[in-house]
Amino acid sequence: MDLLFTGTKHAFWLLLSGDPEVWRITLLSLWISASATLISLLLGIPLGTFLALNRFPGQRLIISLVNTGMSLPPVVVGLFVTIFLWRSGPLGFLHLLYTPIAMIFAQVIIAAPIVTGLTLAAIQQLNPKLRLQILALGASRAQLVWLLLREARLPLLAAVMAGFGGVISEIGASMMVGGNLLGHTRVLTTATVMETGKGNFDVAIALSVILLLLIFGVNAVLTYTQQRQRPL
Amino acid sequence: MMGSEALLVVEGLRVEANGQTLLSVPSLAIARGEVLALIGPNGAGKSTLLQTLACLRAPAAGTLRFDGQAVDLHTPPLALRRRLAVVFQEPLLFDTTVAENVASGLRLRGVPKTIAREQAALWMERLRISHLAARQARTLSGGEAQRTSLARAFVLAPDLLLLDEPFAALDPPTREALTETFHRLQRQTQVTVLFVTHDRLEALRLGDRVAVMNRGEMLQIGTPEEVFGQPINETVASFVGIETILRGRVESQAEGFAEVRVGSGEHVAAASTLPAGAEVTLCIRPEEVTLLAPTAVSLPSSARNHFPAGVTRILPWGVAFKVHLDCGFPLVAFVTRPSIEILGLREGATVIATFKATAVHVITD
Repeated sequence: MDLLFTGTKHAFWLLLSGDPEVWRITLLSLWISASATLISLLLGIPLGTFLALNRFPGQRLIISLVNTGMSLPPVVVGLFVTIFLWRSGPLGFLHLLYTPIAMIFAQVIIAAPIVTGLTLAAIQQLNPKLRLQILALGASRAQLVWLLLREARLPLLAAVMAGFGGVISEIGASMMVGGNLLGHTRVLTTATVMETGKGNFDVAIALSVILLLLIFGVNAVLTYTQQRQRPL
Repeated sequence: MMGSEALLVVEGLRVEANGQTLLSVPSLAIARGEVLALIGPNGAGKSTLLQTLACLRAPAAGTLRFDGQAVDLHTPPLALRRRLAVVFQEPLLFDTTVAENVASGLRLRGVPKTIAREQAALWMERLRISHLAARQARTLSGGEAQRTSLARAFVLAPDLLLLDEPFAALDPPTREALTETFHRLQRQTQVTVLFVTHDRLEALRLGDRVAVMNRGEMLQIGTPEEVFGQPINETVASFVGIETILRGRVESQAEGFAEVRVGSGEHVAAASTLPAGAEVTLCIRPEEVTLLAPTAVSLPSSARNHFPAGVTRILPWGVAFKVHLDCGFPLVAFVTRPSIEILGLREGATVIATFKATAVHVITD
């Protein structure tokens, strides 16, 4: 208990004193996971919408793959991204391994299926006749898609939260493709693991508290936006 | 008032799903300014036809001419869809305010926000929902939501307004009020309307013409008087509310009246020139049947048909009562509450049922 108490006390001192290393790690975490979430939204929302609005052979297989992708183990993603980016791998010539770009790449693979699957579900839960009504109001194809997404905005915000939550808290892929390099690819999760391993529990607790506050802050904003528009 | 020129003409229309024909309409024309009421039981193909004409569903075959122009039904131009408006049974409003819902179709057409708002305000006024303008659509009652949906359609000033059982889910008083409002606005705007309903009274009230569909086919189309008074077959007769449908054979013919043998041997006089031997179906509307006390000393001279009848069942029917009779053949009559009391009607009682020969509609088998 003493360890926990002193650790927590030191954690808040680190936070309040504005330790530059802690800030750098925090901002890098936020930047990598926010970028990965944004890219996942750009990929997942159109793909989920396409899957929800069209019928074609092999569609069920693709939906099954997307659903499987929603629970991809980050270490498996990390392993394959590492292999692809390894010096002798197919994308080795890009020299991206142990860079933030590689971490974003891996996190996109984790978050995109989550966003795709939840977008698909969000569109499919709308009244099927709403699509006919929108077309009957004289909507073009693009206007139809926009209005359907607008009507599904509450569950879509849940997709954003799930996507961001999935990547900000993962460690396996970030550790494997980022390498936890100080000042370069060290993020909150990988730093927490490292500090715990070294027995620096106060720093590890500080990093964990920051991670929780970050997740809470982002989700609080999204939740407020979502619940403000919740049907009565 | 109905114009003579056809706004919409379809020919050889066939809609399929999973290899099965859902709808087959050889030809149909809707005149400019008319209200065509399309009635039929559930599954008749009414909504399928409406969606096809609204360019929301591609047919397997068929041609469509709209305002004189041929339309490719597989890739209907957006410009054509924007000359139509559809109101479904569910209001299907957007999750936003009433005012924004009403203006939504205009906004999709690129109408500037201020003009769209002005137009929306005008139609909210006409639909008596101005006080709801700022309300979120999800908080509306069923009647308010459907008024909003109607305003959203009328504000587009469509050339053709298609309505798919728009009042079916509403309670009777709301339905009555909205039907009246719709009727008034249609008359004011003279918009051409295809009105799908399974309520024959609604069709009778609103339709300049009535079309009856069943199992994907158009059975009859004509004025309400034609369709309700002279149904072309038993299915239509049954659907337009004719309670008594009798099969029989013409036994004799004299001066435009046929003597038809029905049921267990009774003879019914019908205004018809069909020759003896013709197999026919007789249709008698319940409101055409008059009941008299068995002790009545004088019978109406104009009614050729008089039958002693036993009352088998009396059912409340709105403000009236439906009386099932056994005259040797089944017969149904509508009577008022005072008549029930005056005649002392009860199950097992005996009365005299009378109806005119001209009230008997004859269908040739």
